[in-house]
Amino acid sequence: MSGAKQQILASLRRSLRRSEPSAETRVELERRLAAPRAHLIPQRAQLPHAEQLELMEAMLKELKATVVRLADEAEVPQAIADYLKNENLPPKLRLAPRDDLRRLPWGGQPLLEVEEGIAEAADATSLTGAFAAIAETGTLMMASGPEAPVTLNFLPENHIVVLRASQVTGTYEEAWQRLRAQLGKDVMPRAVNMITGPSRTGDIEQTILLGAHGPRRLHVLLVDDRPDDQRRD
Amino acid sequence: MESTSHAFKDNARAALANQTLQKAMKHVKTGFIDKRAKARARLPEFDDLRDVARDIKNHTLANLDFYLERYEEKVIATGGQVHWAPTGEDAVKTVLDICRRVDARVVTKGKSMISEEIALNQAMEAAGLDVVETDLGEYIIQLRKEPPSHIIAPAVHLTKEQVEADFRHHHRELPSERSLSQPEQLVAEARQMLRRRFLEADVGITGANFLVAETGTSIIVTNEGNGDLTQTLPRVHIVVASLEKVVPNLEDVSTILRVLARSATGQEFSSYTTFSTGPRRPEDLDGPEEYHVILLDNGRSNMLGGEFQDMLRCIRCGACMNHCPVYHAVGGHAYGWVYPGPMGAVLTPNLIGIDEAGHLPNASTFCGRCEAVCPMRIPLPKMMRHWREREFERHLSPPSVRAGLAVWAFFARRPRLYHFVTGLQARLLGRLGRAAGRFDALPFARGWTRHRDFPAPEGRTFQQLWAQRQGGRQNGKRR
Repeated sequence: MSGAKQQILASLRRSLRRSEPSAETRVELERRLAAPRAHLIPQRAQLPHAEQLELMEAMLKELKATVVRLADEAEVPQAIADYLKNENLPPKLRLAPRDDLRRLPWGGQPLLEVEEGIAEAADATSLTGAFAAIAETGTLMMASGPEAPVTLNFLPENHIVVLRASQVTGTYEEAWQRLRAQLGKDVMPRAVNMITGPSRTGDIEQTILLGAHGPRRLHVLLVDDRPDDQRRD
Repeated sequence: MESTSHAFKDNARAALANQTLQKAMKHVKTGFIDKRAKARARLPEFDDLRDVARDIKNHTLANLDFYLERYEEKVIATGGQVHWAPTGEDAVKTVLDICRRVDARVVTKGKSMISEEIALNQAMEAAGLDVVETDLGEYIIQLRKEPPSHIIAPAVHLTKEQVEADFRHHHRELPSERSLSQPEQLVAEARQMLRRRFLEADVGITGANFLVAETGTSIIVTNEGNGDLTQTLPRVHIVVASLEKVVPNLEDVSTILRVLARSATGQEFSSYTTFSTGPRRPEDLDGPEEYHVILLDNGRSNMLGGEFQDMLRCIRCGACMNHCPVYHAVGGHAYGWVYPGPMGAVLTPNLIGIDEAGHLPNASTFCGRCEAVCPMRIPLPKMMRHWREREFERHLSPPSVRAGLAVWAFFARRPRLYHFVTGLQARLLGRLGRAAGRFDALPFARGWTRHRDFPAPEGRTFQQLWAQRQGGRQNGKRR
């Protein structure tokens, strides 16, 4: 197949009226790749963190996701039990296999059936964490890995996400910087899912409807993990 | 797919007479336009972002060979495979080879215009594969054995009554007395029918909105989540993408993403923007075991460096067709091939030849709305004009057009005669039409007056009015 590659590259260079990129050009392009630079950033997301949280919440609601703010992660199991009850959903949960979710006080919710692992066809509701969130458009960023199977984001009809206040950023660019800081430069998880509201379609007469193939409901538990002096009450 | 672009005029005539189509197209004329305008108004930086997006893509195209090689290196480094395909047949063969090797039976697909371009479904079906389109719109048109009529809303030419009839015809296993009159019920039924197919698929095929050279990543932008189920559940994920989808890094793509959804559906951001890099990692619990990218050229490398290079900036948002009065009138199928509307009028002759698709760049009033809304600032009317010039040079335009141009050129080369004749014409038509203000029939203009009235001129030509206006202005200055 390398013949095909050479054929295409030769055709590109013929059209560009040059041979391979010069050493000089290469250095310049390598430099551009090595130091990714943000372009124009909308004002909207350049806010103090507390206001980013408000924007995140407002954008999520606009997208027809639901949001509950919690002062402490210990409140998560109760909040989930309440949510499932209110929405008339079965008290069953498929949990992303991660420590911070595992160690939550599930014992206080004896009626809630909690199982870990990837999503199965029969699962109605999943609970996952997030890697970051982008207030600009109310977008959740999920980075796949052993603690974050991708199927949990798409297969169940209801997706509940524990989002920590410290994970909320203003822009996509800030979220990429966080990812690079954690994984290393130009390393990506197998999948990064940017999720902006529940699944939707407009394919029938342009009527927007939720729950086409992915989750019909997206419920975000926004947990305040900021130090006490940064909280505003 | 087989082109009927040469029959554009017949296609358009049939489309104009098709009442069901005209009813469905009403939604396009208003919905998309309002939503985009609102999204633009909400983001003050929107038009500046379009400039930046254009510049990013221009930079990439000028160095496309470099970025493609870098992209390939990174895909391989993350355990994926890259297949270069000079032609559509090469791409199809690669897909079939992979399916055969992994002994695939069921193949799910996310919406991909490239796969329409290379007629992938037909080839896979001929090879005995069970191919399932999973985007709702694509699923509907697959049931109807029709091509898409819009690049982001493939079933936009259909009414919900037509979809209901199709579902009743094809979903025979479901109770016949079920209610299906509401769009919600149709969506729920498609969800139920496709769920099983997602789970049994051996291979999932998606297109790509972007490829990122920095990381070897392919990106799909969707709303339904079907693309993600398509590429996550099967053992093998195949990405079919054309060369020009590559961008340098994640910052570059983030900028372009800011203009994509707003231009397309008027959303701030699509529901799912998914960045895929290689196959499942050893520690992962889900995801495909194999990850293949097919890089398709199919004529694009020839567009580089020439008068159609700007077209390679296109991000397939559909804004040009959403705002096109010709597309509104005739819908996407009349264009006769994969890409309709203004972007199709420029791209199609590049890919299948001006002999076949010569009508398309002529099917424009040059109103300029397409260029005005294009997030990548592609000069679509200018490029349609390039095609018209080439068509004329190659003597492909019909005799009536050539004769008309010859008559016009005769007068245009004789300015005094031109002014005299047009002045006479304007006076005459102005006097004749004064009472009604319009004509419902005119000799030599029946193509126009058959469908609408011809407004009567006010008695003077454009040049006379212009001269008067310029004179008035100079007087104003002097005062």
